[in-house]
Amino acid sequence: MSKQKIVVVGNGMVGHHFIDQLATNHGDDFQIVTFSEESRLAYDRVMLTSYYTGNSADDLALATPDAYDAQGVEYHINEQVTSLDRTNKEVITASGKKVSYDKLVLATGSFPFVPPVPGKDQPHIHVYRTLEDLDQIAQSAKSSKVGVVIGGGLLGLEAANAIKQLGLQTHVVEFAPRLMAVQLDQDGGDLLQRKIEDLGVAVHCEKNTKEIVKGESCRYRMNFADGSHLETDTIIFSAGIRPQDTLARESDITLGERGGIAINDQCLTSDEDIYAIGECALWDNKIYGLVAPGYTMAKAAVSHLTDGDKVFSGSDMSTKLKLLGVEVASIGDAHGNTPNSQSYSFVDSASGLYKKIVISEDGKVLLGAVLVGDSSDYGQWLQLALNKIELTHPPEYLLLPEMDGEAGAVGGGVDALPPAAQICSCYDVTKQSICDAVADGATDIGAIKSCTSAGTGCGGCVPLVTQVMNSELTKLGVSVDNSICRHFSYSRSELFDIIRVKEIRNFDQLLAECGTGDGCELCKPAAASMFASLWNDHVLDKDLVGLQDTNDNFLGNMQKDGTYSIVPRVPGGEITPDHLILIGEIAKEYNLYTKITGGQRIDLFGAQLNELPAIWKKLVDAGLETGHAYGKSLRTVKSCVGSTWCRYGVQDSTTMAIDIEKRYRGVRSPHKVKMAVSGCARECAEAQSKDFGVIATDNGWNLYVGGNGGMRPRHAELFASDIDDKTLVRYIDIILMFYIRTADRLQRTSVWMENLEGGLDYLKEVVIQDKLNINDELLSQMEHLVDTYQCEWKTTINDPQKLKRFSHFINSDKLDDNVIFTDVRGQIAPSDKYDLATEI
Amino acid sequence: MTTQQHSENNWVDICALSDIPPNSGVCADLNGEQVAIFHLKSSSSNQVKAVSNFDPFSRANILSRGLVTETDNNHFVASPLLKQQFCLTTGQCEQDDSMSITTYQVRLTGELVQLREA
Ligand code: SRM
Ligand SMILES: Cc1cc2nc3c(=O)[nH]c(=O)nc-3n(C[C@H](O)[C@H](O)[C@H](O)COP(=O)(O)OP(=O)(O)OC[C@H]3O[C@@H](n4cnc5c(N)ncnc54)[C@H](O)[C@@H]3O)c2cc1C
Ligand code: SF4
Ligand code: FES
Repeated sequence: MSKQKIVVVGNGMVGHHFIDQLATNHGDDFQIVTFSEESRLAYDRVMLTSYYTGNSADDLALATPDAYDAQGVEYHINEQVTSLDRTNKEVITASGKKVSYDKLVLATGSFPFVPPVPGKDQPHIHVYRTLEDLDQIAQSAKSSKVGVVIGGGLLGLEAANAIKQLGLQTHVVEFAPRLMAVQLDQDGGDLLQRKIEDLGVAVHCEKNTKEIVKGESCRYRMNFADGSHLETDTIIFSAGIRPQDTLARESDITLGERGGIAINDQCLTSDEDIYAIGECALWDNKIYGLVAPGYTMAKAAVSHLTDGDKVFSGSDMSTKLKLLGVEVASIGDAHGNTPNSQSYSFVDSASGLYKKIVISEDGKVLLGAVLVGDSSDYGQWLQLALNKIELTHPPEYLLLPEMDGEAGAVGGGVDALPPAAQICSCYDVTKQSICDAVADGATDIGAIKSCTSAGTGCGGCVPLVTQVMNSELTKLGVSVDNSICRHFSYSRSELFDIIRVKEIRNFDQLLAECGTGDGCELCKPAAASMFASLWNDHVLDKDLVGLQDTNDNFLGNMQKDGTYSIVPRVPGGEITPDHLILIGEIAKEYNLYTKITGGQRIDLFGAQLNELPAIWKKLVDAGLETGHAYGKSLRTVKSCVGSTWCRYGVQDSTTMAIDIEKRYRGVRSPHKVKMAVSGCARECAEAQSKDFGVIATDNGWNLYVGGNGGMRPRHAELFASDIDDKTLVRYIDIILMFYIRTADRLQRTSVWMENLEGGLDYLKEVVIQDKLNINDELLSQMEHLVDTYQCEWKTTINDPQKLKRFSHFINSDKLDDNVIFTDVRGQIAPSDKYDLATEI
Repeated sequence: MTTQQHSENNWVDICALSDIPPNSGVCADLNGEQVAIFHLKSSSSNQVKAVSNFDPFSRANILSRGLVTETDNNHFVASPLLKQQFCLTTGQCEQDDSMSITTYQVRLTGELVQLREA
């Protein structure tokens, strides 16, 4: 049988999902061709805004040429399909290509609606839909001070957030009496407006834009129907979307009254060889402007093509979002449209909380809800509503869960969910699939993610997925084993608490308290690190030295021939000529190889153990300190010259980098920590690749956390914007100490963030709202570490007992005659006999 | 200073036990051979163990600077460079059956650590 030829018009999120499903599971039966009018294959439009905060176009890509090639999918980018020839079953493209099909799939998505306001077609007036739109908006922002978003719905607020990030004075203009009119009621909308205004975004409701004319103080002036006006340099229209149904319209395929390509449960249009899926499709007179229903449509179409029985039968439009840092969620019948339903609401203006629930007439079932300010109930409530789970308590308990002690108890927790309950809506993963995965041996969230895809889309379901997983594990009698090693049946963070609470200061005490045996390569260095993070005693103290791993053991990085490297601290990368000269003189005297490191400082290689104290004495006498290149501790704080020299600098990044480096030098942590400070958004210090990245803004600093270079690079996430010096240091203090307290051994902040349940939002709650009520303690622990800092090398060279170890032989002054150097480009290098080394 | 004190039966004085921090090692020069000596200390006992200082994997003289580890009451040294472990009693490498290192006779005479010449 020859392959059926499927042509997919539009390679957006849904079109790609369709192709991926079909090619992966039924690749042998179909020949697939897809057209995209955009300049790239499908990308994650849901995450579009993250393009401004660190994700590149490549990061956002969902489809790649390589993957399509591997799947045998033929693709054409920059190629618009301009008409359909249904009689001959062909599509015709803008460049004149004619391609035949057996079955056609329209996945053309939607386009932003721009109301016919006079003056709308001028430069610096945009929409917010594609990566190209975002490039153009960023371009406009460079020559703008003020920006206006027309439309206060979900996307409008997201666009407002984006231009605020770009540094514009931001306004939102809304036609309706409240923000997010579709999802929120008036009280919820009012509260959201207050919260957003607190963040410095001006909100203007009930404003109908009449025209856009030349401005006085800005590029444009918007005149409103009520006679008022607003001046702005750039405008983004976000006034809703319209289904992209032109192709269907021009070829007489049935549309809805107000547009949209009408489809049945199989996603077939009025032409039985043509499907429509995603935002261009109209099912039961409804357009679905979210990605999850589109994915379900894609699956239904694939199923129909392959004789399956999956159908599309409507979808829930509940949403949970974070808009300008404010959590907002709406579930089911949020407006109480169900006859005789009852509404309850809870408003706490002081802390900016609004919760409303809509309950069935008999008071037993949750029909809908609105949450503003805190959406942590979303997952649980959504399940209650979707599965019509009978409430076990009076409904008002939902609003005030504290009355009951535990919120989950209201509906019976995750155990009350039926097996078919959809837990992850992005990938349509049911509770049953998660339970099956656990039964098949997935015991952590990473494993669940990779075998079910749950939680890999918007991430909103991760807390719920985790609850289901944990409950299953408990039922299977599996206790999750995160013991640090065979000597301690505790995780690192549990051990940390034991050491802290019982004030344990050495390994013997720790073994006596909670361990067995004598310890190993896993628990010893971990314990050494925890002792140092809490008590900050010298790592070469008699009780501690036997715990140290290779590099801490002799306060230097051991090289492949057993010699050491020497890295003096150069805070912020700033160094005086005298220090440069001294480093050069030492290198000459001891015949050391010198190299500028990737961390803005100088490394001296090839010193023998015996030579370390004398070399360090010279450095310390001249005022240099150890750079802790050997420690799982702060490495460098990279800086740029900033406002002191650079014509673009808006803050003194060098001074800030030096201050930060001096504050956290020597602080030992689960893994090494790197930081950087850039003086403006050009980001010459590459702060977004660091564990802690700081970028200057006109009003202060933006703090990023969780970046990583190395083997698995990760962009840092924006933690706080426009904060002052004091707040910056306070946040870093708390986050660093919280990381030290809770991370696993050798876990960089990047992986720690990824595993932190609740992620960035949770971290913000801990740090900014002090949700766990531990900030004072964390701050005072950090203060202790700062106050007890010592240059480890300075202490060592003044302590004869410690110096005894710095000799190759305990019973002779000889050097190791097995260390042999060759000459490479005029400097020493280990001889090639070491190249036989193999790694295990 | 390279004076080596010879006692009876080829036992050579190396250093004081207090020169070896608990559960760590030092390197001794035994007539030109490099010997790694470890001080194993637990709540009940003090022992010394001696193996070659040469790490056959990295080909560097560094085993005395490795971390001491324990499994089922056997003690090992982990190479500071590539982390292979060697049994301090037999010299056998844990990760590679075909590799082992020389062991040496070592004893405590009071506070004195002594190695035996071959
Ligand atoms: C010297 C230097 C390379 C150079 O010639 O420039 C270097 C050298 C080493 N790096 Fe590095 N890294 C150096 C900058 C970096 C950077 C760039 C940076 O810091 O801006 C990175 C990527 C950024 C990052 O870490 O996020 C980097 C990522 C790594 C990694 C991978 C970490 C990861 O999370 O994936 C390792 C392995 C590890 O730590 O487990 C590593 C480990 C090492 C070790 C410690 C390997 C070892 O145990 O022997 C090397 C020690 C050499 C020595 O004796 O100093 N080095 N290393 C750089 C020293 C910077 C400094 O002044 O302290
Ligand atoms: C900023 C933003 C944030 C969003 N946030 C969320 C969110 O949090 N949650 C959520 O569920 N949804 C969100 N959405 C909506 C979500 O992105 C869409 O529901 C989803 O992208 C729809 O997929 P689609 O494939 O139907 O359409 P699209 O992704 O728009 O893809 C259609 C593609 O077809 C192309 N095309 C159209 N006509 C032709 C033609 N004739 N020839 C060739 N190509 C053509 C278009 O250029 C486009 O590339 C967001 C959207 C935006 C813009
Ligand atoms: S990249 Fe690898 S080889 Fe180079 S310095 Fe870093 S760790 Fe060593
Ligand atoms: S709901 Fe979006 S990832 Fe699961």
